[in-house]
Amino acid sequence: MSETPDTETPDTAAPDTPATAAPSDVEATEEAVEHAPEEVEDVEEQPQVELDPNLVTVNIDGRDVPARKGDMIISAALLADTYVPHFCYHPRMSPVGMCRQCMVEVDGPRGPMMVVSCMTPVADGQVVRTDTDQVKRAQEGMLELLLANHPLDCPVCDKGGECPLQDQAFSHGPGESRYVEAKRHYEKPIPISDLVYLDRERCILCDRCTRFADEVAGDRLIHFISRGNDTQVMTFPDEPFVSYFSGNTVQICPVGALTAKPYRFKARPWDLDQRESTCTTCSVGCRTVIQSSRDELLRYQGVDSDPVNWGWLCDRGRFNFEAVNSEHRLASPMVKFEAGLTETTWNTALRASAAMITDALAAGGPESIGLLGGARGSNEDAFAWAQLADALGVTYRDAQLGDGLPAEVLGYERATIDEADGAATVVLLGPDLKEELPVLYLRLRDAAEKRRTRIIEFSTIESGMSPYAWRSIRYEPGAQPNAVAKALAESDIAEQLASGDVIVVAGRPNLAESAEATMAALQAVLDRVPSAKVLPALRRGNVVGALSLGLAPADADHDALATLSAAAEGRLELLVLLGADPLDDCPDADLARRAIAGARRILSIDTFASQSTQHADVVLAASAYGEKAGTTTNLEGRVTTLAQQVTATGTSRPDWMIAVELGLMVGESSFGSDHPLRGVSNVADVTELIAADVAAFADVTPAALAAEPNGVVIGPILDAPAPVVFSAPGRNSYDYRLVVSRKLYDRAVGTQMSRSLANLAPGSAVHVHPLDLDAIGVAEGSDVKVVSAKAATVLPIRADAAIPRGVVWAPFNQGEGTVEDVIDAGTATTDVRIERL
Amino acid sequence: MSTSPYPWAAGFHPGDRPQIVTSRFQYEDAHTIDRFEATGGYQGLRAALDKSPEAMAEEVKNSTLLGRGGAGFPAGVKWGFTPQGVWPRYLVVNGDESEPGTYKDRLLMECDPHQLIEGCLIACYAAGLSQCFLYIRGEMPLAHERVAAALDEAYAAGYVGKNILGTDFSVDIVLHTGAGAYVVGEETALIESLEGERGMPRLKPPYFPAAVGLYGQPTIVNNVETLANLPFIAKEGSAAYTAIGTPTSPGTRMIAVSGHVKRPGVYEIVNGSTTFRDLIHGDDFAQGIRDGNDLKAFVPGGGSAPWFTAEQLDIPFEGPQAGAAGSMLGSGAVMVMDSTTDIPRAALSLVRFYAHESCGKCVPCREGGTWLYRLVQRIVDGHGTDADLQTILDVGESICPGDMPHASSERLGLDAVPFPYKMTTICFVGPSAYVPIHSAMTLFPEEFAALVTPRAERRSIPVMAGVGE
Amino acid sequence: MIVAKEIIARYPRKKSALIPLVHLSQQQNGWVTEEAMRHVAELIDVTPAEVYGTASFYEMFRFEPTGTYLINICGTLSCQLLGAEELMHHAEQTLGIRAGSTTADGLITLQHAECQAACSEAPTLQVNYRHRYRVTHDDFDQLVDDLRAGRLDGDVPPHGTLGRNRQQIPADRFVGAPDPDDVTEGPAWIQVSPA
Ligand SMILES: Cc1cc2nc3c(=O)[nH]c(=O)nc-3n(C[C@H](O)[C@H](O)[C@H](O)COP(=O)(O)O)c2cc1C
Ligand code: SF4
Ligand code: FES
Repeated sequence: MSETPDTETPDTAAPDTPATAAPSDVEATEEAVEHAPEEVEDVEEQPQVELDPNLVTVNIDGRDVPARKGDMIISAALLADTYVPHFCYHPRMSPVGMCRQCMVEVDGPRGPMMVVSCMTPVADGQVVRTDTDQVKRAQEGMLELLLANHPLDCPVCDKGGECPLQDQAFSHGPGESRYVEAKRHYEKPIPISDLVYLDRERCILCDRCTRFADEVAGDRLIHFISRGNDTQVMTFPDEPFVSYFSGNTVQICPVGALTAKPYRFKARPWDLDQRESTCTTCSVGCRTVIQSSRDELLRYQGVDSDPVNWGWLCDRGRFNFEAVNSEHRLASPMVKFEAGLTETTWNTALRASAAMITDALAAGGPESIGLLGGARGSNEDAFAWAQLADALGVTYRDAQLGDGLPAEVLGYERATIDEADGAATVVLLGPDLKEELPVLYLRLRDAAEKRRTRIIEFSTIESGMSPYAWRSIRYEPGAQPNAVAKALAESDIAEQLASGDVIVVAGRPNLAESAEATMAALQAVLDRVPSAKVLPALRRGNVVGALSLGLAPADADHDALATLSAAAEGRLELLVLLGADPLDDCPDADLARRAIAGARRILSIDTFASQSTQHADVVLAASAYGEKAGTTTNLEGRVTTLAQQVTATGTSRPDWMIAVELGLMVGESSFGSDHPLRGVSNVADVTELIAADVAAFADVTPAALAAEPNGVVIGPILDAPAPVVFSAPGRNSYDYRLVVSRKLYDRAVGTQMSRSLANLAPGSAVHVHPLDLDAIGVAEGSDVKVVSAKAATVLPIRADAAIPRGVVWAPFNQGEGTVEDVIDAGTATTDVRIERL
Repeated sequence: MSTSPYPWAAGFHPGDRPQIVTSRFQYEDAHTIDRFEATGGYQGLRAALDKSPEAMAEEVKNSTLLGRGGAGFPAGVKWGFTPQGVWPRYLVVNGDESEPGTYKDRLLMECDPHQLIEGCLIACYAAGLSQCFLYIRGEMPLAHERVAAALDEAYAAGYVGKNILGTDFSVDIVLHTGAGAYVVGEETALIESLEGERGMPRLKPPYFPAAVGLYGQPTIVNNVETLANLPFIAKEGSAAYTAIGTPTSPGTRMIAVSGHVKRPGVYEIVNGSTTFRDLIHGDDFAQGIRDGNDLKAFVPGGGSAPWFTAEQLDIPFEGPQAGAAGSMLGSGAVMVMDSTTDIPRAALSLVRFYAHESCGKCVPCREGGTWLYRLVQRIVDGHGTDADLQTILDVGESICPGDMPHASSERLGLDAVPFPYKMTTICFVGPSAYVPIHSAMTLFPEEFAALVTPRAERRSIPVMAGVGE
Repeated sequence: MIVAKEIIARYPRKKSALIPLVHLSQQQNGWVTEEAMRHVAELIDVTPAEVYGTASFYEMFRFEPTGTYLINICGTLSCQLLGAEELMHHAEQTLGIRAGSTTADGLITLQHAECQAACSEAPTLQVNYRHRYRVTHDDFDQLVDDLRAGRLDGDVPPHGTLGRNRQQIPADRFVGAPDPDDVTEGPAWIQVSPA
């Protein structure tokens, strides 16, 4: 149990799952924490069970238990709480039967047989015994063999204390090794990537990491090499295991062979406290366990949430806990005096903030205040700030920064990830899911690879999903609506669309192209398939929650770009940045700069001193992920819990509390005497208030969330957008059409402040097709001048076969380079010329 | 130099016996299409094409042709296991022959490649297999050269490829070369290897090749010798085939006899009725033990088979009889050890083989096989203790739980324990590392007792290097 | 390159050509280089790690420079019974190297090997996988002399060469190797009864 922060009582909704080192807890870190619900369902639905032809009954150790046809004995046993020791079996990967540890006895036509339970399917009436002498003898024998070559360096191994091999050796092992021959010797841990180390002496060759790389991630960069007793896991020489998902291999390794650089030697499992939570790095909302020791976050592990992440996390989400611990965190509020931003007391800072609000209201009325951000916090944060904005009458507000889609995209009938996974067809309108919503990419890749779903992808350049798409259709920026309409009319595609459910995944494919293009393309799909549901692929962790809880602009005239324009034109007395950094995140860098310069006052609520906070008049230090409890809403509209696991940094406070305090301080012109937020004393009160106040969240009570760790899915909340008419401008004299999109690793604060991730951003450059590079006549890597109608910038150029001819691609927000300079948010597309220097 | 009358078929000895698959070995140019056609070649194919595929399949079923790759499963029955209506189906020819003691497929490919090609064509026609991959062990370049040349000839002559002999029967035969891994002879590993993967066996079920094989499609895997029998069956009919041998083991089969015999060699024997005594002592066969020595032991069916001694000489080449006596016929290889043989050392060479050839998938095989090898090596080197002997049995128990098959021994008062054993591994490589040392220790315990010292007297154990170098 | 493309086209799925292509590269270089594995990976659309993973499973692929002649002496039971150990000992003496290494002039690499499917002709060895039967110590010395003198150049091509000929499938006779996913019907000669 963590310390109670000064102003907040700990959240009671989040389930506490303290770590123990008992063997029975193996699953907590290994197959991730499997929630109980499915199991409960199966058992409770007994009467219905008879009707389901896919259900069979298996007798395990004398107990009849239900199982699903096609399931392996081991999964039926584990569901029925009968532990069968195993190493290679993993519920989310195909069985290989390598470790032979999971042997059980099954009655066969010729008497009892020993079978591997991970590869033997259940059958109705099957009789299974997991505890006979022969089974025990086999398990002991197998362990003795596994330990024969194991270095037994448990005292210096990260896994010691939570190691399935160690645990099973205690519980199912022979106790003593008679192996006196020479053990296998390899060079001790070698880095196989920037994040992962491999110790081949500890490896038991269970094929989990290699299967993960092959089946789940599709990054086949680690492999078994050599044969027999010399078999080892390795990369190709000089080709490291560069995968956005490499951390999962560390989590599923049943021994300490794979270790993560950010966690190595940091803690012993028995010193760890943990709680279940949700990752808010992106809007997939993977379920996690966040672990700490001595009030410091030390590790995140994926939790197997069946509808969401299946236990996987991306490396950015897994390792960015380092940012929370960063020494660069804002520890206390600051107010700008003559000498610049100076640390001060909350009292002073809140007073100064309230004064700025009051002054702005007096000088320009509520129309002179803009509120940007809120998509990085919790539902409670967003709700409290939206309430404050409502109370003040603020109309300029947006949780996005002109880098997403219009909020009304949430008004369409929304699909869940499972619906997309099971749909006959998924139409993908962008962005590159592998870069922006990595675990959604894993889910859809799996659906495509296992042939559950066919993906029709529309993209400007080859994406991470392209190799798995049934059709991957390239269009020139601006031509997306036409390309979609044309392709969907083709007979084979039309036939495919008619063959079953259709889900559209829609996000922002190109930051150098107006969002209207994608909205029109989305409309084109819905015109063809009116029954299609939409899975919004907006990126920031709680963007759906923030937009649904009141931080959506009322109309396009008050969205982020309009707000920034108003600021740039000197029409804003006060710009409130709620964890938002327009200088980093707004695609139109020039607009952002002018807005920051043009706003009379800036109030910034943030965890770090960002580019934009440097210009603020008051900076309020906010608590970060893991330091505050609450709820969050993922892209499906699924609300899950966030846990507080460590004490907040310095005197930082959660955003919702800051809103409430500000509201109270501003007084009657904001929170009237009967305003419900006046009565809240902890975050659960706010959660209750949302349930009571926002119809779509009516079911999202702390009690409901405690009972359902997979969360509660809310319905549509905004109105569907009016049809948009979009026509791309013709090409002007510029040669290339610009595509700007995000990579997983960029200059985002959470990444830059995580030591292990900071260097993984690819850096700025413009990429063109190799033939275009020849046409431009410069050498790969040299600097070129990129000129748009608006501005020019200098960037290195690279040849890249993934880029079609006539298109230039540049990664977004990569620091030193400034491709954002040439983007004009006011135009539909951006055309550029590339000049040799 | 070989003692064979046909130097081009090193080791082969004809005799006064029916010849089904070796009939052309007498010709040095048997591998050419001219000789082949001149001696009845491709007549079987023509006879097959005159029948419906179903009728041809029926003919093979009636012949009770048993697989020659080791398991002895009837080929016609196996073909029938392919699921209805699932296309395409493939034929994979198992020419990976590497079982210790075994060689006959190599001779069949080197000396009479067209016979094998004809067999493949008949199988494809009868079982509806639309592409054939002929997987030849990598370490057999001569077989590779001969089969490649024969295929070129057969394509040119219209026997292979599109519209064979003007019919709508079309099939490609693709020659594929292995790269050295014994375990790839196991049919599911063979398929993995053919898919470009590491040759690690798949678990059966679900991966029975006839149902889920190459690229997940129904696939028939047959041994070279099995297929080489088909031209005869197609041409002469199943009745002519079953007239040779016994009803349960009809036809002939090729057996390699090696070790301490006067005339080691490869013999095409009448199946079922020929006994080990005929084979080892018969004048027409191996002609008895060399140097007037006595027979000490023999391996009756390739390195994976439990050992027999002189007590089992009268067992005939009938699977069930060999099984009841505690071993198996396996791949058709008899390795003979005379009275001068150092039994622990002989066993060591087989334990080392299987430890070295483990694919590494199953823990008992990967770890247990190497452990056994190191234990036996240490004992042979004179550094073993009596406790090590017990450890061998315990490690073996982890690979093959329960009773191990072995032969009877009047000398030791042992009754036979029948074949097969139980196993904790996917394929037979793991158990095969234990089988020879188990046989040796069971049948010749005194030789081990003489090598080891009591544990109490052990001082230190020298550290040994890895397997296989 | 053309040969590689032809080989790939014979298989329903490209990865099946992995082993044949690695053989081809070994024939060109005498051993399997990293560069070659990268190239093979490109040709069949897999990662170099997958090529290495598969190739390193197989004994015949060598990942370090290897003698022009690779002499493998069989040590499995039938040969062991008839003097394989002594033959190996003699070979090590004659060549002045330990099994597993290469003579200083880079001509001969000596190795232990397992059963070579010639058991009645024990003890056997293979030089670049060409059999030598019933090898006496004198035979071995003669073999080494012949190899050094180049007298066997016609019989024994350099290490890496599998067969001196290669299967050629004439284009007009080739039925083709469609991906099984694209095949829906049974072959023409099978009358498929409408189920
Ligand atoms: C470890 C192992 C090695 C084998 N090696 C061979 C082999 O080299 N050649 C062969 O034809 N079958 C071999 N087999 C048997 C094959 O798995 C398969 O049963 C056979 O090729 C089927 O052909 P058949 O039915 O014509 O005998 C081996 C089996 C095992 C378990
Ligand atoms: S028994 Fe040995 S060779 Fe066979 S699959 Fe298992 S590990 Fe591989
Ligand atoms: S869990 Fe079944 S063999 Fe490993």
